[in-house]
Parts: sequence; structure tokens; C-alpha cells
Amino acid sequence: MDKNDDKKIRFSSINIDGVKYKTLLTEKFKHRTPYVETNLNIMTAFIPGTIVDVYIKEGKKVKEGDTLLILEAMKMRNVIQAPYAGSIKKLYVQKGDLVSKNQALVEME
Amino acid sequence: MGIKEKSIDLKKRMKNALSGGGEKAIEKQKAIGKLTARERIIALLDPKSFYEYDLFVEHAGKDFDMDKKYLPGDGVITGTGTLSGHPICIYAQDFTVAGGSLGWMHAKKITKIMDHALKLKVPLIGINDSGGARIQEGVNSLAGYGEIFFRNTLASGVIPQISVILGPCAGGAVYSPALTDFVFTVEKITKMFITGPEVIKTVLGEEISMEALGGAKVHCETTGVAHFYAESEEECFNQIKQLVSFIPWNNINKAEKFPKKSPKTKRYKMEEAMPADPKQPYDVRNVIKAIVDDSDFLEIQELFAKNIVIGFSRINGETIGIVANQPLYLAGVLDVDSSNKAARFIRYCDAFNIPLFTLVDLPGYLPGVDQEHAGVIRHGAKVLYAYSEATVPKITLITRKAYGGGYIAMCSHHLRADFVFAWPTAEIAVMGPEGAANIIFRKEITTAKDPEEMRKQKVKEYKEKFANPYVAAAYGYIDAVIEPNETRKIIMHALDISKEKKVQTPMKKHGIPPF
Repeated sequence: MDKNDDKKIRFSSINIDGVKYKTLLTEKFKHRTPYVETNLNIMTAFIPGTIVDVYIKEGKKVKEGDTLLILEAMKMRNVIQAPYAGSIKKLYVQKGDLVSKNQALVEME
Repeated sequence: MGIKEKSIDLKKRMKNALSGGGEKAIEKQKAIGKLTARERIIALLDPKSFYEYDLFVEHAGKDFDMDKKYLPGDGVITGTGTLSGHPICIYAQDFTVAGGSLGWMHAKKITKIMDHALKLKVPLIGINDSGGARIQEGVNSLAGYGEIFFRNTLASGVIPQISVILGPCAGGAVYSPALTDFVFTVEKITKMFITGPEVIKTVLGEEISMEALGGAKVHCETTGVAHFYAESEEECFNQIKQLVSFIPWNNINKAEKFPKKSPKTKRYKMEEAMPADPKQPYDVRNVIKAIVDDSDFLEIQELFAKNIVIGFSRINGETIGIVANQPLYLAGVLDVDSSNKAARFIRYCDAFNIPLFTLVDLPGYLPGVDQEHAGVIRHGAKVLYAYSEATVPKITLITRKAYGGGYIAMCSHHLRADFVFAWPTAEIAVMGPEGAANIIFRKEITTAKDPEEMRKQKVKEYKEKFANPYVAAAYGYIDAVIEPNETRKIIMHALDISKEKKVQTPMKKHGIPPF
């Protein structure tokens, strides 16, 4: 950037220790993922893959350790178990679904 | 056969071996803007300087009817030549021959030229253009890669290693470039990834193009895997020539000395290059160009982590490595990416005896959950490690802000800078005046009749007392507060008297940097 180009540029600002600095933002900074608090009642895919079996229905009561789903990824069948005793509040996926990483699978209560 | 007949026979054999993958494959290669492997070497090196070896090497595949196939040169060209008059070892994978796939003898040719480069202490350039492992040769292909990676590591810091990615470079193959010093890429030609779009689609159901997954832009902007971005092979070769003019040819010798040249002061005026207000942005490259010979600055990783600028220049005709916070982007903060970028460059300069010149203007580290969770603690530590470990002459110039941990990290005296200079505009403090006043005078501010007015007054008081270079200078943390216009003269002198610098560090096999 030459000094004469200064006027054409649209600056943003960034706050460090209570001071606002006029600056440009990088694409990576603009696209950073915002932090979301983990909801422990929602089971998410820890790896992208395919749901090859579903053993539950909404409303069903489960014990701790019961198998809820099978998530196949990298040729491994991953057993998704109930982390505690409760019931299935919502089932987000069905057999055959391709799921991406961190996608919600099951909500329990 | 007499000698004449034998010579004719040799020519015939050579013609056969030099034919590469044949006309059709060569046509295909050219259709997508690519030169052939041999053309690339010739375009890059000095005219008529290239000598090829192992032209008659044949592949060692036995299974799947491979023993019936002839693969000229086994898909890779190796040799020596000169670049700007200096000796160099080079190899280029030939995509027209079996897709440039890497079999055992192909790898052997590469490792042979690598051994040569290391023994002769000359730079190594590898031009990658390969579909990957030669599946038919199975585990021998893997062995070949391993032998290459081992040598890359052995040669690291001894001879410069340059990787040029002019085609696909996928799977295990990517780790050779990743282990080398500089990676060059070309738009639409470079394709680098561990697993390609097809695998990603079948296994994960995610659809992405090769370019978006591992093209030149991605590796130069987002991943930081690559260092140089070009739009054509020709531009890429010019960048390589420029780079090698700045670097020493091994870790014993110094870089070539050039005639001393003044900066282009008509275009880059020191007093106009930077606003005094620490909240205002400017392009630090204009400050660099106002200081260095001929205003010539070769920026490295220009598109990655733009909040820090790294690259080579010369002062007094001799190469220096420059690290500078860039207030134009993200106020010049240190973060995960910029720390990685700077730390590796500092280690490069130290390994090859290139003095370091650091320009400081940063408000500190980038706050954010994403940064903390990405490990800014261990990545940021790399900068401290690299500067502390470096024994080359280290000269620091604080132009404006040097707050908090950022001040320490950017080659302060505490990390054994040889000289720390500051402009009168410098502010060395634990944080910005606003933040500091808010904490120190919290009670006064909150209990005041007009808290906002009190806050303003306290910020003003703090600024007057601490937002300057003189507090640090009073402790000797700054060697001299200098007029901006004197900068070049003083830096030149500092470099000059640091020439014989020798530092004894504790005996160790190697340190354990926060990789």
C-alpha cells in the first residue's frame, strides 16, 4: 500500500485492552468461528461419517451406556452410547444420513 | 564398434531417454500452462549450465507387468547447474512419465542428488509434479519417501532447500516440501493435500474442488504451508532467482555482498511513513523501504498472517532478515499464525547467519476464545524461543507501541537483542494508556462525581508520564532514543560493529522448542 491509497481503504477497528485501533481485518479473522458453549445434553458427531444404525426413537427411555446410534467413519463403526440415564428428547438423524463433524445427532433429557 | 559408432549409439540411447512420456503426454502437460520437467530446469538455471545425471536409470518395479514397461529416467530429472553463477543441485519430477509417480529408483535418484547437495554444501531445489506413490511398487514407494524426508531433515539448516510445487503433490509427498525452507506455488498449477477431494467426498461427504482444498492461494493465505505465490511458472522462477540472491549458499558462508545503495527517499519518506498516533494504521513496509538499500524488500509469506511482515533486504550491501509488526492488519498483534510465521523465519535467519532487524509496533496479543483454544500460549512461545535462541546480530527498533508481552517477545534486550533503538514516538508500557489508567485508577474513576471526566483526566496523566520511550530508557532497556531520519545511519553502524559477534550457549544436543 502506498501512502496515497490510504483514503480509498475502508478501515475497521479492533479493541485490545480497552483501546480501539483503526486497522484492516484479515479474511481468516473475519471468518473465525465464534465460541458456543457446549450443551452436554446434545450428542454431536465427533468425526464426519455415516449413521449406519439407529436404535432409538424420540421419547424412549434409555439407561447409561445404552447404544443409541452407530456412526461409521474411516471404516470404523463407532458406538454412540447414552452418557447418562434419561430419555430421548429429539433425534436429529436417521439411518443412512451423512453427518459432518460437530453435527447434532441426539438430544437427551 | 569404433568410438564413433559408440557415440552414435549413445546419442540414440539419450534421445530415447530424453523423450519423456511422449508427445501426447507432453501436449497434455502444456495445455494446462505447464512446462515439461526439463524445460523448467532450463528456464530456472543459468543458460547452458545444466548437467543431467542418472538419465539411464530404470525403474525397479517387478509386479503387475511393470517389468515390461520402460519409464524414461524413471519419471524424474536430476542434475547440477548454476543459478546466478552459483552452483546448485536440482531435481524435477516428470509428470509425463507415469504421472511423475514415485517408485524406488525415482526416489533413489532424488536422494542421490540430495546427498550430493549436502556433501558439496550447495542449495537444493526440488520441482514437484507427481501423482504420488507408484502403487505398483508398494512398500518400496513408501521407503522412497521416507528416505527423502530423512535427508530433508538432515540438510535442514545446513543448505537452503527450496520446493517448487508445479503440479499435484499429494499424500505423503507433501511432507518433503513441508520440511524444506521455502515453498513456491503457482495459481491453477499447484495442488497440495494429504487426502484429495475424491476421498473427502466418499468418506466424509464433503464436496470441494482441488483448487479450494489445496491450491496456491489456500496454501499462501490460509494454511501458511507455502511462502511464495505466482500466477505463472515464469513469475515463479523469477521469485526463486530473487530469493536466492539474498540467502547464503550454506550455513558456513555469508550471502553474496551487493554494492551499497541508498533507499529511494523520494518515494519512501521516513517522516511520512508513520503517523504518531498509536491508534492509526500505516503500512510498515513503507518504513522498511525508507531504511534499506535501494528500498528493496523481498517479502516472504506476504499473504499469510498479514499482521506480521517478514522478509529479506540489504543494508550496506549485506543481507538482513526483517521481522516487523504490521499495524495495517489487526493492529499488528501477535496471534497464532503470526507467531508461527515469525518464529520459523527467525530460526531460518539464525541458522544461515543472517542478522535480524526487528521493527516493533504492536498493542500485544490478539484476545479471543478461538486464539486461546488454538493454543496461542504455545505458539506465541515460539517467538520468545526463536529470538532467545538466535545468536546472530539482533537489532531492534521500537517505532511506536510496545505493550505488555508483545514488547518482551519482539526481540527486547531481555531476549538478548544487541541493540534496542526507539523513536521519540515509542511507547513502552505494560499496556495501552486507556487500559492501564482504567485499572490503576479504578477507585478514583468509579467514585468520582463525573467518572467519565475523571477517566479522561487519568488517561491523560498516565499518557504524559508513561507513553514514551524514556521510562524504559531510564532503566537501560533502550540503548538510544533516535531521530527517525537517523535510523539508517545508526542501523548501519550497529550491524557493522556486530560483525564479529560470537555467543557461547550452554552445551546441549538440541533445545525443545514448543513445536
